[in-house]
Amino acid sequence: MEINRYLLSILVDNEPGVLSRIVGLFSGRGFNIDSLSVAKTTDPNVSVITMVTYCDIHIIEQIKKQLHKLINVITVNDLTEKKYVERQLALIKVHAKTEKRAEIMRIVDIFRSKIVDVGHAHFTIEISGDSGKIEAFTSLMQPMGIVEIASTGAIALGRENGKK
Amino acid sequence: MKLTGAQILVQMIKSQGVDTIFGYPGGATIDIHDELDRHDDLRHILVRHEQGAVHAADAYARAHKTVGVALVTSGPGATNTVTGIASAHSDSIPMVVFTGQVPTGLIGNDAFQEVDIVGITRPCTKHNYLVKDPKKLACTIQEAFHIAQSGRPGPVLVDLPKDIIQAQIEFNMPEPTRMRSYKPNYKPNKKQMSKAVEMLKSARRPVMLGGGGIISSQASEEFTKIAKLANIPVTGTLMGLGSYPGSDDNWLGMLGMHGTYRANMSIGHSDLILAAGVRFDDRVTGNIEKFAPQAQIIQIDIDPTSIHKNIEVHCPIVGDCKMALADILDLMEKESPADFQQDREAWLDRINEWKQTTPLKYDQGYDTIKPQYVVEKLYEVTEGKAIVSTEVGQNQMWAAQYYHFDEPNHFITSGGLGVMGFGLPAAIGAKAARPDKLVVNIAGDGSIQMNIQELMTAIASDLDVKIVILNNRFLGMVRQWQELFYDKAYASTDLEKAPDFVKLAEAYGAKGFKCDDPANVTETLKTGLNTPGTVIMEFIVEREESVYPMVPAGGAITDMLLV
Repeated sequence: MEINRYLLSILVDNEPGVLSRIVGLFSGRGFNIDSLSVAKTTDPNVSVITMVTYCDIHIIEQIKKQLHKLINVITVNDLTEKKYVERQLALIKVHAKTEKRAEIMRIVDIFRSKIVDVGHAHFTIEISGDSGKIEAFTSLMQPMGIVEIASTGAIALGRENGKK
Repeated sequence: MKLTGAQILVQMIKSQGVDTIFGYPGGATIDIHDELDRHDDLRHILVRHEQGAVHAADAYARAHKTVGVALVTSGPGATNTVTGIASAHSDSIPMVVFTGQVPTGLIGNDAFQEVDIVGITRPCTKHNYLVKDPKKLACTIQEAFHIAQSGRPGPVLVDLPKDIIQAQIEFNMPEPTRMRSYKPNYKPNKKQMSKAVEMLKSARRPVMLGGGGIISSQASEEFTKIAKLANIPVTGTLMGLGSYPGSDDNWLGMLGMHGTYRANMSIGHSDLILAAGVRFDDRVTGNIEKFAPQAQIIQIDIDPTSIHKNIEVHCPIVGDCKMALADILDLMEKESPADFQQDREAWLDRINEWKQTTPLKYDQGYDTIKPQYVVEKLYEVTEGKAIVSTEVGQNQMWAAQYYHFDEPNHFITSGGLGVMGFGLPAAIGAKAARPDKLVVNIAGDGSIQMNIQELMTAIASDLDVKIVILNNRFLGMVRQWQELFYDKAYASTDLEKAPDFVKLAEAYGAKGFKCDDPANVTETLKTGLNTPGTVIMEFIVEREESVYPMVPAGGAITDMLLV
């Protein structure tokens, strides 16, 4: 069956151990987690977990139902069924050799990203966007010599009138 | 009013209508046992191993139709419950397990008898808790009972640090539990039920399939009425035995790997399956690709994850089995029964032919006792009225094939997890729940040795159980697989070196009888069952008898090995 990318936004009780229950569900049933991000919401008793997973339509149905079955899960929202805004933040440290500095700065400009740390040998670049943008940027930086990458998981919100 | 944590715990358990708990004390739970000793209306049964406590609580829950409760200490006490919890989780049995824990200040310090039991049991409980604030103790216990018995039932563990148990706090009975994140859906969708009724009407070769969900939602009556109204033959899963009267003409016997030929053939050739409270386990479906190829499937289950998990379903109904079946029955009763029975004669004739040509069979000669014969005679002698628990393996399958259960909650077995050592403590739990009933444990010589220490529990607590050991001096089910698929290389399955079970019974203070002659089977059963107290009846049976029919793992269920 066809493998697709799914983005789930899961509201959970803000309690110790909840993340472990979710991660345990995935590992125990052989589901795959591509990225994961956890944050507070406006309600101090509720956290939101944004999760990206690649699987077929049969598995995603099971994932959603199994997640919903966990006692601490309040709602499971499959954003990929709707229109949504997605962002991810990455910090990328690249070699900044003299002859490459101008080119790196140009690319940073094109991608509307920022250089947040400058040294004699390295730039550290902050970039945000959906995963496609970050992948595109990373591949352009590859020839410059990437030293390190730190990246958040995807976060996302449904759009107003978000029906597909 | 100020109470200690231990007092609150006992109050809360009593408020749930539970009259018996199974436990084993330790350093972390002394205070609870001290408190329990003051309450004559809450019986504590001291087991001899924590695994026994959990299996007994499991069976108590099934036979009593309430929540089973076990109480054990921290560390090893807690880890010893894991098998029993996992079994109850597989079989969706409502249970609350209380474990002691080191004081909150020591948690995480690798203290003596400390273990992260909440972490360990996360995947095998419906939910679990570590109580860190004494103020939350009462409502947590209430929530635990609520979760255990609502929706799809299951085990819930509550970990109780010693300082929480000893704390003195103001106690008020908590308000009824309301949880934002947990609201099981009982009410089935009306449209789906109308669709199911239409499907039943157009079916020519229907079969009904009952599972453990019918038993846990107490829906046998509705299930049976539908079958009678539409004259539909009925099969069941192992967990569903007793959901439909086993002595009825339309009962096909069990379905699956060791199901009857006619049950498997009926499913294989059906054009409609009304499945209720089943999850289409691999032992039932065999090869999924070849399962019921011509059938439309209606599946009723309270747990949406059970639907479309293994098998494609044409009419899913998410909700309580009892409510859904009652509503379907209502809709059916508005129409003429004849509308639901078109071409039924032809279908029933065909099934009858399968029954005639290929019945369950064994050949009882004059020399050696056949295990099937013992179970068949047990059924006759007890008139099918006993509560039967089993161990796991051949003994379990022969019990399922040859003891015909007319009522729900009479067959108590570890279905999903398949736990050897389940039967004896389960018999004890069932007897505690139903002292009026004869309780028989059908055991193998292998599995009875896995929790044999519980013999002492039965005797010490005056819970008379009758144990039938089918002794073939083998780990029989594995031996059977070795015979069929491993060139008869009986690696690690020979149990020739075994205890003398009669002497063993006597050592514990029970009565023991041994029988190795087919002519004496009935007599031995009668004597054993009529002897007061706990009794072991050991039957020396054919060593290499196998359970047939059998569907080899991965095969289609209609492709059976017959002898």
